[in-house]
Amino acid sequence: MAYDIDYIRSQFPILDQQVHGRPLVYLDNAATAQKPKAVVDAISHYYYNDNANVHRGVHTLSQRATDAMEAVREQVRDHIGARESAEIIFTRGITDSINTVAFGMGALIKPHQNVVITALEHHSNIVPWQMLCERTGATLRYIPINEKGELVLHSLEEIIDEHTAMVAFNHISNSLGTINPVSTILARAKEVGAWTLVDGAQSGPHAKVDVQEWDVDFFTLASHKMYGPTGLGVLYGKRERIEALPPYQGGGEMIATVTLEKSTYAAIPHKFEAGTPHIEGVIGFGAALKFMNSIGIEAIAKHEAELLDYATESLSSIEGFRIIGTADHKASVLSFLVDGTHPYDLGVLLDQQGIAVRTGQHCTQPIMDQFCIAGTARASFAMYNTKEEIDLFKAALVRAVNMLR
Amino acid sequence: MTIREKQAALVDEFAFFDDWMDKYNHIIEMGKSLQPLSDQDKQEDLLVQGCQSKVWLKAEKQGDAVKFWADADAIIAKGIVAMLIDVFDEQPAADIAQAELGFIEEIGLKDHLSPTRANGLMSMIKQMKIYALAFA
Repeated sequence: MAYDIDYIRSQFPILDQQVHGRPLVYLDNAATAQKPKAVVDAISHYYYNDNANVHRGVHTLSQRATDAMEAVREQVRDHIGARESAEIIFTRGITDSINTVAFGMGALIKPHQNVVITALEHHSNIVPWQMLCERTGATLRYIPINEKGELVLHSLEEIIDEHTAMVAFNHISNSLGTINPVSTILARAKEVGAWTLVDGAQSGPHAKVDVQEWDVDFFTLASHKMYGPTGLGVLYGKRERIEALPPYQGGGEMIATVTLEKSTYAAIPHKFEAGTPHIEGVIGFGAALKFMNSIGIEAIAKHEAELLDYATESLSSIEGFRIIGTADHKASVLSFLVDGTHPYDLGVLLDQQGIAVRTGQHCTQPIMDQFCIAGTARASFAMYNTKEEIDLFKAALVRAVNMLR
Repeated sequence: MTIREKQAALVDEFAFFDDWMDKYNHIIEMGKSLQPLSDQDKQEDLLVQGCQSKVWLKAEKQGDAVKFWADADAIIAKGIVAMLIDVFDEQPAADIAQAELGFIEEIGLKDHLSPTRANGLMSMIKQMKIYALAFA
């Protein structure tokens, strides 16, 4: 079936607008993706018809809301190939997902152990581990990157050793687009019996993941990067791993019994879902997954790969255009600088011409330090972007560069 | 010219351009023509806090007046600080400290900056006024 870009664009009403008198070209998808009608409609439908608190009411609306929420849990389980839906925990986002694991490991990790991350991580997959190590005396180690923005694996066996408690890394880098060799790193982690966490922030919208095939212990997703609502994340955890972790937050919904002296905790997933959950977010996310799967993740990935190739080739003809992150395997992200210009200036002048890109460090300050740059401009593509938009982007960039030099 | 007259002149200058790309072009040209600071002067203590890009601001008391120099790593920020210098440079310290800067709104710059950049602009003005107060 042909990729029906007109149909896809028609499902995202926000795209059809002018910014500063020019047609909007939205290329900040790695920060957040736009939402299709199906998602907004699902949220409206929920509030117009089914709104109630979940998991505790016997009345009909509560039952409906609970069923709707639990149906999405099952949908997510199916989407990532988990064994059971109890292994799917809804969180506030990936930051919350990773903090849940890092906090819980505080009770398990020993001072002589270490946690391994990479030099390619988002701050949300750095800081929680730094905090864990500060609390427990464990050591934090990094898998380094080369000048192309790829992980350097030749000393993997020294970095991940018998004292490694956790190996946590992203599938796809948000600031450079590098697709990491997940299986190679997981294989080494398993050799030494370390726990593993893969951050799927950027792979969620671009790649099909099967957590059982990877045999990974924890995996994270962000709804808002997958065309769903903000404020909702997923933490997948293998039953035996997630059960071993103490709960991150206490409160309602996560308990079995409470007396004034002592409480016992609910079974997973509820043990990690304290408080009233983001019900509308979960329901919207279910609609987003359904929409994404109706187009097909492979078809979306192929479309985005074509856009990335087209943009890489087209923009490279601009004098002084320099791509930061030139890994052999990349997804959907084009981080760049243009000699003689500052990325902030490019961002302003592109915005004036209707082009939305991200400028700055992309929450990856260590990467920027490694490349000795203050930041980059970043264009990132989604299912609804087109080659015509890349042409508009290029023309706007050329104009901006000419003004700035 | 007084601070008020300087502002009026800037508003006139910008009224000449209809399109915001042209207004930005003018800001960029002002940035390019601002005398750069030497690398020696680009010290941590001259950095204006609260700007997204790096902006250095240096001031010196000259009699009752204040002399300003500035630089920035991004050219639009440099153009904006150049506008402020155009308005404030060599004006009496007491006038700078009390000045109301209506030109920013009249030009429409405030509405055209993102909130973080508008904060940066406010930080630059605040820093210039702090210098003026210290010298007054």
